[in-house]
Amino acid sequence: MSPLDRIANVSTLKQHEVDKLYKVEHKPVVSTSDQLCFLIRPRIQTVKWICDVANADKAAGRFRRYKIIFTPRKFYACEAMLEEQGIFGEVTTDEWSFCLLPLDDDVISMELPEFFRDNFLAGDQRWVRTAGSALHLLHSLYGPFSKLYGIGRCSKMAYESWREQVEEGEQTARRAEIGKVFLIDRDVDFVTPLCSQVVYEGLVDDIFRIKCGCVEFGPDVTSSDKSLKVMLNSQDKVFNEIRNEHFSNVFGFLSQKARNLQGAYDKRRGMDIKQMKAFVSEELKGLKQEHRLLSMHIGASESIMKKKTKQDFQELLKTEHSLLEGFEIRESISFLEEHISRQVSMMESLRLLCLLSITENGLLPKDYRSLKAQYLQSYGADHLLTFSNLRQAGLLAEQPAGEALSAMESKVGKLVNDKTAGKLTDAFSSLARKSNFRALSRKLNLVPKSDEEYDLRVPRDMAYIFSGAYVLLSCKLVEQVLERDGWTGMDEVTRLLNGHEFAVTGSSGADARTQGDARRVVLVMFLGGCTFSEISALRFLGREKGYKFIVVTTAITNSSRLIESLLGNQI
Amino acid sequence: MMKSKADEEDYWNSSKFKAFTFDDEDDEFSRLKESKRAVNSIRYLVEEDDDEEEVEKVSWSGEPVGSISWSVSETAASNQKADREPAFPKVSADSGPMSRSHSGYSLSSLFKGKTKGGNFQSLADSPSDPSVRLYAPELRKPKSEYKDYVSDWSPEETVQRMQQGKVVSLEKFRSLQDKLLLLDYAVNAHDGNVITAVLIYLKRTLSKEVLFRELESRQTALRHLIHYLTETRDQRLLLELLRSLLPPGHTWCCVSFYLMGFILLFLLRALGRMEDVALLQYKEHLSIADENRRRDFLKNCLSLPFSPEDSAHVQDHYTLLERQVIIETTDRQAERGGKVEVFQKFPRKASILNMPMITTLYYCCFYHYTESEGTFSCPLNIRQTFKISEKQYFVTALAARAKLKAWSDVDALFTSRNWLGFTRKKSPLSFQRVVDILQKNSAPTQVLQNYVALVDDAELRISLAQKHKCHDIVINTYRDLKDRQQLLGYQVKLKRGSAEERKIDELLNNPQIRWKN
Repeated sequence: MSPLDRIANVSTLKQHEVDKLYKVEHKPVVSTSDQLCFLIRPRIQTVKWICDVANADKAAGRFRRYKIIFTPRKFYACEAMLEEQGIFGEVTTDEWSFCLLPLDDDVISMELPEFFRDNFLAGDQRWVRTAGSALHLLHSLYGPFSKLYGIGRCSKMAYESWREQVEEGEQTARRAEIGKVFLIDRDVDFVTPLCSQVVYEGLVDDIFRIKCGCVEFGPDVTSSDKSLKVMLNSQDKVFNEIRNEHFSNVFGFLSQKARNLQGAYDKRRGMDIKQMKAFVSEELKGLKQEHRLLSMHIGASESIMKKKTKQDFQELLKTEHSLLEGFEIRESISFLEEHISRQVSMMESLRLLCLLSITENGLLPKDYRSLKAQYLQSYGADHLLTFSNLRQAGLLAEQPAGEALSAMESKVGKLVNDKTAGKLTDAFSSLARKSNFRALSRKLNLVPKSDEEYDLRVPRDMAYIFSGAYVLLSCKLVEQVLERDGWTGMDEVTRLLNGHEFAVTGSSGADARTQGDARRVVLVMFLGGCTFSEISALRFLGREKGYKFIVVTTAITNSSRLIESLLGNQI
Repeated sequence: MMKSKADEEDYWNSSKFKAFTFDDEDDEFSRLKESKRAVNSIRYLVEEDDDEEEVEKVSWSGEPVGSISWSVSETAASNQKADREPAFPKVSADSGPMSRSHSGYSLSSLFKGKTKGGNFQSLADSPSDPSVRLYAPELRKPKSEYKDYVSDWSPEETVQRMQQGKVVSLEKFRSLQDKLLLLDYAVNAHDGNVITAVLIYLKRTLSKEVLFRELESRQTALRHLIHYLTETRDQRLLLELLRSLLPPGHTWCCVSFYLMGFILLFLLRALGRMEDVALLQYKEHLSIADENRRRDFLKNCLSLPFSPEDSAHVQDHYTLLERQVIIETTDRQAERGGKVEVFQKFPRKASILNMPMITTLYYCCFYHYTESEGTFSCPLNIRQTFKISEKQYFVTALAARAKLKAWSDVDALFTSRNWLGFTRKKSPLSFQRVVDILQKNSAPTQVLQNYVALVDDAELRISLAQKHKCHDIVINTYRDLKDRQQLLGYQVKLKRGSAEERKIDELLNNPQIRWKN
C-alpha cells in the first residue's frame, strides 16, 4: 500500500476525473489522455524519466499538458533537470507538502525511507528542512512545546530549521496538547534496528513487511488460495492486544481468546427467542468480526513459527544475545562464518556482521579481513561496494591495527574507551560515528545479567522486547532524559555517543500554558527511521511511567530495510 | 564557541555592507533598475493570460482528507519576520564551514570596483536572456513578487528566500566572495536543497579548479556536490554512446573513465580519496551486460588504486569471470550436444556467469567433480586458485554431492583425508552440521545414521537421532548410558511390532545389563 492509497484511493481519484493511474517508470506512457499529472517524490532520476516522456511526445508531434506535483517538496536540482532537458516551462510544477501520515493513534510516519541513505550515507541534508517543517506543523497544531531534547547531528539541524520556521511564521497562543519533544538520529543507536524482532508487531514486519500500516498475508496465512490485505492498527482489537507482546506469549493469548469466543458462541444454547434475537442483533456481529481477526492472527503466528523454526532461529537469537552481552565472541564469529559459507541469507549474514562490529566497537583487522573475504566469495565480489557503504555509514568498522590491545583493555577498564571516543568525534571526513556500545551498555545497564530469570509474561523493564536480553539504547535514552529533565549527569554517556546533545526550554511561557495531561505527552521523533520494537518499548515505558508517547518517524525501518538501503551492488 | 561565533557575525555583517555600497550612489544604476522593474511588470502583464484555466484543470484541487492533508500554497511561506523575542534558543549547530570560508576573500574585497562592473553587466541583461537563471519560478506567482525579479537581496537574504521556495536570481552573485558567501550561508542553514542549488550555480559559473579548491575546505558542500553528480550523471546513456563510437576492446573503458565521472573523479582525487575513486570506477561494471566486455572492464580495473586488500578481491573477481566465460561456453555446448549424462539428468537451471565464487565451486562440484586438476572447471583447481579454505570447500562439495545423491562421494570426502587405515571418519565441520546439510539434501535414514552416530556428545546425538528417526542410535545410546527409564519411554513412541520395539524388549530382558534406574 502506498501513502497515496491511504488518503485518496482509486475511486476518489476517479471522482476527480482521473482517467487512469500509472506507476512512474522509465517507459513511454500509453494513454489517449492529453493531460498527464505526475505525483512524485523529488528525485532527479524520476524527473529525468518524465522529461523523456515529454521529449518523446514532442518528437512524435504529440501535444500534451504535463504537471508535476512534487511531494513533500520541490528541489531545485529537479527543476535544473527540467531546464537541462529543455522542458522547463512546458511542464507546470507544484508542491504538495504532505509530510505526516498517521499510521495509528500514536505513530506518525513521514514515509521518507530515503531519508536514511541520503542523510547518513551520502551526507546530503536535503531532508533537514522537511523534518523541521514536519515538526513545525505539529507545533502549530498541538504546540507550543514546553521543552525539546535531542541527540545527533541531524536532530540538531532539524531543531534549528524548526526554530527558524517558527520565527518566520505567525504564532497563535493556544492550549498546548504536546508537552515535550525528543529528537534522535538513527545513527545514535544502530544496535536496536539490527536485532531480530521478537515482539509480535515487529515480527510481522520482519517477516511479512508492513507497508504504510498495511500487510499482505499470503495463502499460507489465510489457508485459502487468496491473499489478504489488512490494516494493522489499534482498530483491530485482537492485534491491539498482542502487538506489543513477546511472541512466546502470543499463542497462549490467542488460544485463551479462542476459548472465550467459543464460550460466547455457546451462550446461545438454551436461549429463548427473545434472548436469541438480542444475541443476534447485538453480539453476533462483533463475535464474527473477532472470529475473523482471531483466525487471521493465529494463521500468521503459525506461519511465523514455521518460518522461524526452519532457519535455526533459536541459534540465531542465541548468537545475537552473545554479541549483545559481549560473551563467547569467538563462537559467534564461527557461527557467522558458517552462515556465510553455507550461503544462508545474504541479508542475515550482513546483519550479524554489522551487529558484531558495532557491539565490539569495530572488528579486529584479522577478523574483518577474513570475514569480508568469505562474504565476497559467498555472495559476490561486487559487495565490495556494499562494504564500502557500510563502513561509510558506520555500521561496519575495523579497529585500527594499534588498537587490538586496547580492545582487550576496554574489557578491563573504561579508560581506553574514553580516549578513542574523543579521538573520533572530530573526524570530519567520514560520517561514520565511532561505536562505543560496550561502554554504553555498562553505563546504562542495557544488558541485564544473564543468570537472572526473566519472566516474559510479566515484563519488569523494556528488555522484554528482546527476550530480556537487551534494553533498547534509543528508548533508554528517552527514559533517562525525561527522568532527569535534560542531560545532566549523563556527560559520560553523551561523550560515548559522540555528543551533539541538547535540551532547550521555550521562553515564552509555554511551560505555564502546558497543563495537566499535555505535560505527560511526549513526541519522540526518529530521524532516519524507527522500528516497531522501539514503538512497543515506548508504549511500555509510557504505561510504566505515566507518559503518552507519540512517535514521529521518517519511516518505519527494520534490519532488512536498513541494510538494503546500503547495498552497493545495484546500479 | 559562542564568542567566536559572535565575532564572526560582526565580520560578516561588515563585509556584507562593503560589498553593496555601489548601490546607493550610482544614479545611472538606479535608473536602470527602475526600467528593469518596468520591463518586468510588462512581462507579467504579457504573461497574465497564460492559460490559467488549463492549468487549473490539472492541478490538484481540493484536499482529499481533512486534518492531515494540507496543501501548502506558494503564498504560505511568508517572509514576515515577527518582531519579537525568539521563543526558543539556538543550539550551536555545526558551523564548520563558516569559520573556514575566508579563502581568497579578504584579498578580493580590495577590488571593489571590479565587483561593481560585474553587477552592472548582469543587470544590463534583458530578462528574457536565457542565461538569467531563475530558481523556483512559480507559474502563478503573487504579483508582488515580480517586483523583486532582480533585487538587492544579500547572500543571507537570498538563502533565506530560497529556503522558503521563493523566486530568486543568483546571476548577480558574480564575484567569488559573493558566491562563497552564498554557499556558506546555505551550508549554515542546513538546507541540502539550497546547498545543491547554489552548487549547481557555482559549477556553471566557476572553473573546476577554483570550485574544487574552495570545496576542499567545505566538506558539507563537497558531499552535496558529490551526491548531486552521482545522481545526475547518466551512466548508461553515455556508455551506449561510447559503445557506438568506439571499437570493442579496452580503449573505450579508459575513455569512459575519463569522460564519465570526470568532475567527480577530479573531486575525489583532489581529496586524496583514491580508494573511493577506484571503487566508483569499479562500480561501473554493474552496468555492462555483455560478459566479455565486463571481463575486459574488470581487467582494466586491476590497475586502479584500490587498497591492497580490495585489489586482491578485484583480481579474484576478474579471474572468476574469466573462468566463468570459458566454463559457460564449454558447458552450453556440452548440454546442447546431449552427450554428457549429467547435463541430461540434471539440466542447468541458469548460466554460471556472474555467480559468486562459492556458487561456481558448487556448480563445478556438481558437474565437473571428477575432472583432472588441469582444467579450469576442476573443483580442486578452483579451490587452489582462489585459496578457498578446507572447511568451505568441504561444505560446498558435501552439499553438491549430496544433492546428486552420490553417497559414495560423500563417504569419500570424510575418509580420503584419513590415511590411518580408513577406520575413523574426520570432518572439518561438526558432524551435527554434516547431518544437517545431508538432511537438507534429503539423504535417506541409512545414510544419515552413519553420520549421526559420529556425533560425540551423547545428548546431542540422541536428539539428532530422534529428529531423524535413527532408532538404532537412540536405543544403543540409551543402552550405553544404562538408562532404562528412557528406553521404556522411547519404546512407547515406536511402532507396535517393529524390529526396534523388539530390540528394546530384548535389551530390557537382558540380565547382564546393570541399569542405573
